[in-house]
Amino acid sequence: MTVLAEYTIAALLILGGVFGLVGSFGLLKLQDPMQRLHVPTKATTIGVGAALIASVLNLLRLGQGGSWHEFVITGFLLLTAPLSALFLAKTHLLRTIDRNILPKTGTSGTWATLADQPPPGRPSPQTAAKPQQSLRRRR
Amino acid sequence: MIVSTALTFALGAFGLAMALNLIRLATAPTLTDRILVVDTMTVNVIAIIVLYGMRSGSVLNFEVAILFALTGFVSTVAFCKYLLRGSIIE
Repeated sequence: MTVLAEYTIAALLILGGVFGLVGSFGLLKLQDPMQRLHVPTKATTIGVGAALIASVLNLLRLGQGGSWHEFVITGFLLLTAPLSALFLAKTHLLRTIDRNILPKTGTSGTWATLADQPPPGRPSPQTAAKPQQSLRRRR
Repeated sequence: MIVSTALTFALGAFGLAMALNLIRLATAPTLTDRILVVDTMTVNVIAIIVLYGMRSGSVLNFEVAILFALTGFVSTVAFCKYLLRGSIIE
């Protein structure tokens, strides 16, 4: 049983290290910014998750009692990685992409990231309270 | 024995990943890439803290890791929000 636990922990640690290394290597190797966006959201998150689970199992193996903190960190990272990716993609869309090559949205408004005003029927309290000081000049 | 060997390997792998991240940070072509690299470095630092906690046998490092996870996410969103809207809290 102890041997099985040790092998499981070692396998998780090696998996985590390899995934973290592959993720950071992908940041250097991939060419397009949107391709590079895949790296921290997938590979690095899996690597850290494997390391955290290995840490929980290691505490259980040593008989110090498992702690739930690691699962909190794992869940938090899994929750926040897509949000970070969404914000980075929106920033890339605003700053880099040519608006003329974007596909039509199918509605009357333009893309929400590029719109100066919120789309009709969906007022945003933040922008309704204060006139939008446009960042579009900042580009 | 096998656990400590794997632990050394994982620490080395994440340390090398941090070095690659620094190279990317210095040679990043766009501003979005720099935010992305800082986000990746935060996640790697969390892994290094947890692995160091495993090696030293201490359970106090997890609070540090939780703090890194929280501030890393908030800083990424704040950077992107600033670039998107010109202010962080509108």
